[in-house]
Amino acid sequence: MSFLANFFGKRSSAPVARDRLQILLAHERASVGEGKSDLLIQLQREIMEVIRRHVSVDQDKVQVKLDRGDNCSTLEIDIEVPGLESAVKAAEAKKDEKEAKAPSEEKTPEKTKTDAAGKA
Amino acid sequence: MAQVLVVTSGKGGVGKTTTTAALGAALAKTGKTVAVVDFDVGLRNLDLVMGAERRVVFDLVNVIQGDAKLAQALIKDKRIDTLSLLPASQTRDKDALTSEGVAKVMDELREKFDWVVCDSPAGIERGAQLAMYHADKAVIVTNPEVSSVRDSDRIIGMLDSTTEKAKAGEKVEKNLLLTRYDPARAARGEMLSVDDVLEILSIPLIGIIPESQDVLRASNLGSPVTLAAPESGPARAYFDAARRLAGEKVDITVPTERKGLLDWLFKRGAA
Repeated sequence: MSFLANFFGKRSSAPVARDRLQILLAHERASVGEGKSDLLIQLQREIMEVIRRHVSVDQDKVQVKLDRGDNCSTLEIDIEVPGLESAVKAAEAKKDEKEAKAPSEEKTPEKTKTDAAGKA
Repeated sequence: MAQVLVVTSGKGGVGKTTTTAALGAALAKTGKTVAVVDFDVGLRNLDLVMGAERRVVFDLVNVIQGDAKLAQALIKDKRIDTLSLLPASQTRDKDALTSEGVAKVMDELREKFDWVVCDSPAGIERGAQLAMYHADKAVIVTNPEVSSVRDSDRIIGMLDSTTEKAKAGEKVEKNLLLTRYDPARAARGEMLSVDDVLEILSIPLIGIIPESQDVLRASNLGSPVTLAAPESGPARAYFDAARRLAGEKVDITVPTERKGLLDWLFKRGAA
C-alpha cells in the first residue's frame, strides 16, 4: 500500500504547482505594474503611520508576517510598544532610589498585535 | 567567519535557482545558519522554488532603500529553522540595486549567518556582477551543452577580474557544478562528458547532478530537492557538493537515477 501511495504521490505534484501559481499570479497581476500597489503592503504602511502618531516605535521591534491565500490573506503586524514598560521602570526607579540600583531587566515589553485579514 | 557563495552561470535555465535552494537547504541541514539571497530583481523566483512565495512582504530593494530592516525582510524557512530567504523585488527598476546598498546588506548578512548563498540572475550585466562581487566562493552551474559551457567560461573570466577579491589581488574559489547530466547519453557520445567539460573549463568539479524528474517535482511542490527527495540522485549529489564546499573531502560520483535499494545500500556501506 505504501508503495502505491508513494507511486500516486509522485504523480501528483503538478496540481500543487498549478494551485500555487494561480494564487501567486492572481496577486501579482493585481499588484505588480505601473501605478499599482499591493493592498496589504499599503495597509501595513498606513497602520504603522497611525501607531507612530501615538507611540514611538523602534523599527527593529516590528515584525510583519504575511500569508497570501486564495480566498483570504492574513497580514500580521507584531509591534513592541515600549511605553508601559518604561513607565513602570521609571516608577520602580523612584521607589528604589534609596537602594543602590534597580537591576531588574526581566519584564518584557507589552506586545500589540494587529491582525488584518481581508479578502484578497 | 561567514562565507559568501555565489551561484552563477551566465546562461539562463541551467539550474541556478534550483541549485541555490538545494545547496542552501543542504548547508542549513548541517546546523549552520544560511541565508539564500535572490539577486534577480524584476524576475524573482527563488521564493517560488523555496515555497515561500505567499509570505514575501519586503525584499532586497526595500532593505537597500531603507523601507525595511534586514530582519523584517528575511523569511524564515518553515522546515529548517537555520535557513532564511531574502527575496528579490518584483519591480522592474534594476537601478534600485546600488553597489553601496548591496555592500551594506552583505556586511549585515555576514554578521548574522554562517553562509550567504547568492542566486545570480542570468546574463553578465549589473545584477549578475553585483551578485558575484562580494563572493568568497563561486559555484558555476553548467549544462553539458556547448552554449552553457561557453557562457560559463565568460563568467569564470569575470570572477577573476571584476569581483572584490579579484580587485584585492585575491581569488574567488571557483567550483564547477554540472547539472542535467545524463551518464548514458554521455557514454554514447551524444552529450559532452564530464571530462570534456572539465578539460575545457579547467576548474575543480564540485558535483554532478543527474537529469531527474525529482528536480521538477520538488519545484512543483515548492521545496528544495534536498528536502523534497533527500534520497534521490540529485539530492545526494547536492549534499555531497555542500560537504565539499564546507571543506570536506568527498569523492565525486555520478549518482544514478534508478538504482535498486540493495545497490544503494551496498554502495553506502562500502563508501
